[in-house]
Amino acid sequence: MEQYPNHKINYSVAFIKMALLFLLSALSFGLLAALQYIIPGFGRDTFSFEKLRPLHVSSAVFWIILGAMGSVISFFRQHKRRKLKNQFWIKVQFYIFTLSFGGALVSYCFGIFSGREYWEFHPLLAIPIAIGWIVFIVNFLSNLGTLKNQPVYIWMWFTGILFFLFTYVESNLWLIPAINDNLVKDMTIQWKSYGSMVGSWNLLIYGSSIFLMDAISGSKKYSYSNLVFALYFLSLFNLMFNWGHHIYTLPTSLYIKDIGYLVSMTELFLFGRIIYLWRSSVTTAQKYFHIRPYRFLLAADVWVFLTLGLAVCMSIPALNIYMHGTHVIVAHTMGATIGINSFLLIAFACYILGKKKNGNFFKSKWIDIGFWVINISLVFFWISLIVAGFIKSHWMFHQPDVPFGVMMMSLKPWFISFYISGCGLFIGFCMIIFPLLFNHLLRDENNSFFKRKENHNLKEMVLD
Amino acid sequence: MAPIEPFKIKVFTFVILCAVFLSYTFWLYSEVPAKSKPANTLAEKGKMIWQQKNCSACHQLYGLGGHLGPDLTNVYSRRPEIYIRAILQAGTPVMPDFHLSSKEKDALVAFFKYTNTTGTADPKSFTQHLDGTISQP
Ligand code: HEC
Ligand code: HEM
Repeated sequence: MEQYPNHKINYSVAFIKMALLFLLSALSFGLLAALQYIIPGFGRDTFSFEKLRPLHVSSAVFWIILGAMGSVISFFRQHKRRKLKNQFWIKVQFYIFTLSFGGALVSYCFGIFSGREYWEFHPLLAIPIAIGWIVFIVNFLSNLGTLKNQPVYIWMWFTGILFFLFTYVESNLWLIPAINDNLVKDMTIQWKSYGSMVGSWNLLIYGSSIFLMDAISGSKKYSYSNLVFALYFLSLFNLMFNWGHHIYTLPTSLYIKDIGYLVSMTELFLFGRIIYLWRSSVTTAQKYFHIRPYRFLLAADVWVFLTLGLAVCMSIPALNIYMHGTHVIVAHTMGATIGINSFLLIAFACYILGKKKNGNFFKSKWIDIGFWVINISLVFFWISLIVAGFIKSHWMFHQPDVPFGVMMMSLKPWFISFYISGCGLFIGFCMIIFPLLFNHLLRDENNSFFKRKENHNLKEMVLD
Repeated sequence: MAPIEPFKIKVFTFVILCAVFLSYTFWLYSEVPAKSKPANTLAEKGKMIWQQKNCSACHQLYGLGGHLGPDLTNVYSRRPEIYIRAILQAGTPVMPDFHLSSKEKDALVAFFKYTNTTGTADPKSFTQHLDGTISQP
């Protein structure tokens, strides 16, 4: 079956492939940055940590954002099975983001920074990115039509896209002197915007994963159910008001922290729900495990559980002070961006790029091995950082006389295991990235789930 | 009375949440968070140098930032000024020498003096309460 009859370049695929290149960049710079943890002073005068960290972290953010955009655009392309409206503007969107994200990485190499977390590039680059996002909103809305009778993932994308723009603009408010000259106010607004921004891209990605799960299970019931809408509103509520948990130690107004604390505790419902549904999840897992994209969705579920558990602990101020400013936070952030965001996006990438034109999945034992390499490495990666974080925490509370450098030396064994497992992540992800990038060269899978449903591609099987 | 359409309930919930969110947001923009004072001009310059050199890739303020170097919120009370200047002059085996001019060093020192007045970032100084909240000195 010819899926893309009318266009020379399929931009939904282009978004996802470009995203994969940024993932590769994030992994490479991550390894280089981590090297400075185990060889202190490595690259001090050439490629020091203040360059490598933003190269790594921004690449990771760009991977997530481009991947999320790609999955939303692919939905319209594949699911609606019609020519995308606004072809030209989708192309414009693609080039704006590719050029400005690429430009940001180049500017870091020259030591040009805004010095903010995550978006560390010069504020001038924020302009094309905001314009690109507005183009994305227009493209989304013109392809959407109405919100009426739409499944939950459309709502999630809709809100994720709107809130991203809002929080992105908000994250640039430091350019106003009245905010910038008051450190506590500046940091409050900065972390307010980042907390909600992460929530926004999570809505985009979780939305895509619900769509994908619908497609795999062949049932649309879940994404229209009242329960799933209630969970969506709970996430939205958290996106708006839980960010106070980032700044418990900042001497900002108390009510900000109390609201953050109270709202974060509603995440216990989500945590409890996972435990409650554990049994049925195992049954579903057994049923679909042979489907490649599903495997990543399942692994992400496990990481949601672990990450949420850690997040709930971190949201209690009295516990938070033991972890704040330590590598436990790094474990949490990378655990979430790798184990949840990246896995869900890889699931989607396998679904979009892993299918041949006839709807069959291609054969790649590399991807299947890569899956295990990544998961096993991630466990060690996560634990190494958490242990390093707790040792640092012990130092903060009980060893005021030990110099910082001596404490860092004592963490070295854990940094080495962090680095080795980081290499595992790099290798595992490469085993997936390259087959997906060069998907047109691969052969069909012989006995896939999809092959058995001959002459049907996934979409027809599920949605018709 | 006919039951309310589910779509309307969704839109209503969405609109209410957004209204509360926006009110809270604009309230925060206008309100100055407790206790803190704005920086003077020199300290503000120091803040811009701190940002342009991306010091926060390695250092934290109030525990937020990269983790290769120490938190510097209260470095001004922890270390003598001359020590801070010496580090800014030459870096350390891990921290690069940024070739800062003496004006830039003055501004950075003023910035650290200012951050030190905004509060304390030392977790040891916090009091924990049974309901899970904390209070700061
Ligand atoms: C590549 C990482 C890195 C960057 C970038 C960096 N530093 Fe440092 N800095 C360190 C490390 C590591 C130490 C601690 C050295 C030690 O105690 O062993 C340090 C120590 C310091 C100290 C002394 C702290 C103390 O308590 O002894 C000050 C002050 C300082 N840095 C200021 C800055 C400023 C200002 C910038 C930006 C212009 C900056 N640093 C950029 C890594 C960095
Ligand atoms: C998909 C892969 C990855 C993603 C999405 C990712 C994402 C991130 C993010 C978001 C941060 C910021 C953390 C924070 O501020 O708390 C970070 C920091 C970091 N990551 Fe990764 N990461 C990935 C893989 C790796 C790998 C393979 C390594 C190598 C070992 C690595 C090394 C680091 C280092 C050294 C930091 C800085 C820690 C610090 O604050 O000092 N990352 N990463």
